[in-house]
Amino acid sequence: MSKYMLIMRQTDETNAAFESSGVSFEEVIAMMGRFNQSMIDAGVLLQAEGLDDAKNGVVVDYSTETPTVTDGPYGETKELFGGFWVLDVPTIEDAVEWAKRAPLAGPGMKAEIRRIPSIDEFPQDNEWIRKEREWRETTGQL
Amino acid sequence: MARDHRPAVSDQAQRAVEAVWRIESARVVGALARYTGDLALAEDVAQEALAEALVAWRDQVPANPVGWLLTTARRRAIDTFRRRSALDERYVALAHGLAEGEATSGGDAPPSGSDVLWDPDAIGDDVLALMFTACHPALSREAQIALTLRVVGGLTSEEIARAFLVPVPTVQARITRAKKTLAVARAGFGVPDAAERPERLAAVRHVVYVIFTEGSSATSGDDWIRHDLAREAVRLARVLTRLVPDLYTSLPRGSGPSNAGGSHEIAETYGLLALLELTAARFPARVDEAGRPVLLEHQDRRRWDRQAIRRGRAALARAVADGRGLGAYGLQAAIAEQHAVAASVAETDWDRIVLLYEALGRLAPSPVVELNKAVAVAMAFGPAAGLALVDRIDGLPAAYHPLPVVRGELLARLGRTAEARAAFLEAARLCGNAAERAVLEGKAAGLA
Repeated sequence: MSKYMLIMRQTDETNAAFESSGVSFEEVIAMMGRFNQSMIDAGVLLQAEGLDDAKNGVVVDYSTETPTVTDGPYGETKELFGGFWVLDVPTIEDAVEWAKRAPLAGPGMKAEIRRIPSIDEFPQDNEWIRKEREWRETTGQL
Repeated sequence: MARDHRPAVSDQAQRAVEAVWRIESARVVGALARYTGDLALAEDVAQEALAEALVAWRDQVPANPVGWLLTTARRRAIDTFRRRSALDERYVALAHGLAEGEATSGGDAPPSGSDVLWDPDAIGDDVLALMFTACHPALSREAQIALTLRVVGGLTSEEIARAFLVPVPTVQARITRAKKTLAVARAGFGVPDAAERPERLAAVRHVVYVIFTEGSSATSGDDWIRHDLAREAVRLARVLTRLVPDLYTSLPRGSGPSNAGGSHEIAETYGLLALLELTAARFPARVDEAGRPVLLEHQDRRRWDRQAIRRGRAALARAVADGRGLGAYGLQAAIAEQHAVAASVAETDWDRIVLLYEALGRLAPSPVVELNKAVAVAMAFGPAAGLALVDRIDGLPAAYHPLPVVRGELLARLGRTAEARAAFLEAARLCGNAAERAVLEGKAAGLA
């Protein structure tokens, strides 16, 4: 088994389409709830978080000599992150199949799927990897 | 990899179909079995649908893969029944089922939709019924395991064969025979009666446990494949903890008094999950860089999976919260928890482990439990106390080499070098694993 992260990605366009769709917050919770429950019932969901509205977020841009701090929304940046799930499944294809079942829709709405490498895959004699391992150990995140 | 002759696209398509199958097969076979009342037939037609999907989905997985699989499998079921004699009682049963909603459905026209079979509220019941039927007492343990992995886990015969290091035809024969046995035993399909349920649930838990130990005992060669087997067992245990409580909260009328055992069943199911999570947490530390097994006392505890430990402890807390006392899995999980929370062998609460083994020995007496208890006693009260227990153990097979290993360790700690050396040599003689034998011979040589 490996861990995969399903990252919810949307754009301003997705959000606008959603706002004009008339879908209520309760309906969103119910749809997400059913999807999450199906993964819990299948024994594959390890973690899930949704992010607060991008307009309450801040972007730090490093393309200038000193980083530029911009309040959300992100100006010309179109890609927004909405939240993520962490799944415990044998292959990326399983993660893709779960992603297809997510109640996500609308123009520009996407889910990106990335494997989460284990810390065991990094050089274990590296000082910083050792420190990170210690932190993971003491905080139960190994 | 024997994939060289396939174009990459097709290979990817096949992996996508397999992923769909792993996610959906239990629900598909469960719904078909509920519909036909016949797990063997359901499995046959589901496999036929899967074979068709591998061809038909080459370019694209359909939007509703479950519906596609169900509709296709159902058509195959109807074809099968049509080929059989009208006197076949299962045909009569199906015809009866059809009369309720699908009486006019022709063999050529697809059924009006998979929704006839598809009852979202029944999914949990179907999967649970699948587990109960696959672990039916008329089946041998091997057959139960193969059938569970096949119909609940969605594993192919090839995957099961690789996991158990047996030839593919052996697995296929086991599954065929299992299905025939279910038929002659008139096993039917469904959740057993309340009276039968404790025993049947115990069988289901045991099969999940055996799948886990099969997977976790691998230490070399194809071990990553077998780790997947252990992980599948953990997943099945998670699924069970989701489904078993429903058995006792949403039962149909007339099941009142029999619910009394429910909290114990729920607790013991959580106990099983806790045991598997806590044991799997140690996997990363179980072999060294050269692939040799590392004993618990020498494991680098920093490599243990803390997230798995947290999940295991949460499951154990759920089992304990029930307040009726832990069962055999819960007690083993509690022992594993003591190791999981200890920073080292020396800092382990061995007194508590001794008590837990005593409770386990009363609940599920076995010489292996006694041997483990003796080790804990030696850690808590010294090697002499442990050795006294070891020498009283009765009923182990003569070739069980862990016994002389433990004797050797305890004798060595007592300074009885010659006896310790003899014990290690005896253990080496009995041991089937070359790597382990070398370690034992090394220990004996070190005492010379």
